[in-house]
Amino acid sequence: MAVGALDVERDGVGADGGETAVHRLGRQVFDRVAEVGDVSLFCLRTLGWIVRRRPRWSVLLPIFHAIGVQSVPVVAITGTFIGMVLAVQTYHEFQMMGLATKMGSVINISLVKELGPVLAATMLAGRVGSSMAAELGTMRVTEQIDALTALGTNPIYYLAVPRFLACFLLIPLLTLMADFMGVIGGAVVCTQVLGIDSFAYWKHSRDFVEGLDILAGVLKSFFFGSAIALISCHRGFNSGAGAEGVGKAATEAFVFSFMAILFLDFVLGLAWNAMYRSLWPQATGLL
Amino acid sequence: MSADAPDGGDLIEFRDVSIQFRRQRVLRGINLTIRRGETVCVIGESGCGKTVLLKLIVGLLQPTSGKILFEGEDVSRMDARALVRLRLRFGFLFQMAALFDSLDVFDNVAFGLREHKVCGEDQVARIVAERLQDVGLPPGLERKKPAELSGGQRKRVGLARALALDPEVMLYDEPTTGLDPIMTDVINELILQTQRGGHKTGIVVTHEMRTVTKVADRVVMFFPLARVGRGESQIIHDGPPGGLEDAADPRVRQFVRGEAGDRLREMAAAARAAGGGASDE
Repeated sequence: MAVGALDVERDGVGADGGETAVHRLGRQVFDRVAEVGDVSLFCLRTLGWIVRRRPRWSVLLPIFHAIGVQSVPVVAITGTFIGMVLAVQTYHEFQMMGLATKMGSVINISLVKELGPVLAATMLAGRVGSSMAAELGTMRVTEQIDALTALGTNPIYYLAVPRFLACFLLIPLLTLMADFMGVIGGAVVCTQVLGIDSFAYWKHSRDFVEGLDILAGVLKSFFFGSAIALISCHRGFNSGAGAEGVGKAATEAFVFSFMAILFLDFVLGLAWNAMYRSLWPQATGLL
Repeated sequence: MSADAPDGGDLIEFRDVSIQFRRQRVLRGINLTIRRGETVCVIGESGCGKTVLLKLIVGLLQPTSGKILFEGEDVSRMDARALVRLRLRFGFLFQMAALFDSLDVFDNVAFGLREHKVCGEDQVARIVAERLQDVGLPPGLERKKPAELSGGQRKRVGLARALALDPEVMLYDEPTTGLDPIMTDVINELILQTQRGGHKTGIVVTHEMRTVTKVADRVVMFFPLARVGRGESQIIHDGPPGGLEDAADPRVRQFVRGEAGDRLREMAAAARAAGGGASDE
């Protein structure tokens, strides 16, 4: 066997010479399974380090600032415009049915349950997720992650845990910010531009939107934040070499995070609905 | 370096070590012993596995087969805590220095001291100042980010960081690559000063023959696995630095003299063969 291996090295052809479609398929399956195992291990290690040791404040605070505070403007602007666009897009149909005063309930319930959490998470994935992947990927290819390890520091503890904590803890606040700005944006367009009676608009909003609706959106955002951090850090840690590898890691971080957000949104919506029905069987459901 | 003879006693031992990445094997059946107190220069063409050798020692990479022993203990069998303890006994100067971009010079050098809570902040400041002074960097540089430094300054900050925890063994990965001749000699002097002054064991991976001449007690030359004969060792030279130019093996002489010889023709033939293979498919 050793001699066979030597021959492979000497002629430079490698095992490709006799590779069939079955070999390639087997290798693809093996690689995918290994990748799932790798992602799972990465998640478990990150969660394990959170329990074992809290990162120093001097490490946490700059990351919290970069991920949380610096995301406020983009999330606020996105939330505002989504509220305004919803108002503009739904006005005509509601006006035709004579239900224009009830627009507040539709706009606000859409915002706090779906659009606020999902758009805040999407903006975070775009602004922060891809940036984290690019930063960690650059650290990988410039041997900074190896240097951390050589200095006796676990890179997951030092790099992934603070980013996870920042995404996990701050995304609910960003979601509330997106909700609030969206509600304000929708209300301004409806009452100041489209001429809907302000009292009726807010009364219907208050009657229809419950605290549980807001809670549902905020709870979802914890899952979104966790997914964004874990996916982005994992892509960064496993970045390929060179500018192309780092660029690919950044793109994958956003694409995979976005897919995870949509998938989690669906699954959590079902779970929340099931839980709500089990607690209040007469209710119509929240999904 | 002959005046500073090694203290003796095996410190690091490679026993039949092989490593491969996916299907590319880089090292095969390496047997090598590093004695305590000696400075070994590892030379060889690019891609022959010199950096991999360094990373194996501190457990940054795991061998596919074989053992790496540090003071008789198998590195690949160490648990996480033991590996951390092991790594703190090493200083690693990376090829491009690998300074942490987000931290300034002071925080880079202080990193290990703070992370492992070796001492209080006053002591940290004193040690950082000493290390920066040792490598000839002025105090005004402390608050600069790595991006603001020249290549030579980065290497010296990397060396200061590696030395901050006063390691027993220093690993230098191409410490003079990309530097001008003067700065190359400065780095060589610093390595010499570190090795002699600190009585440290050192492994220096380099292409630079001036570095070899200046700092080495012993020279080990690796040859790329793809070009060694069947059953032949990848280590084609292991001995003192004197007489390298007159070594019996022509591959050693060719490398030391920096002569291309038939390499260009060989590479062109290999490229043609690879192109032919591809078109055949």
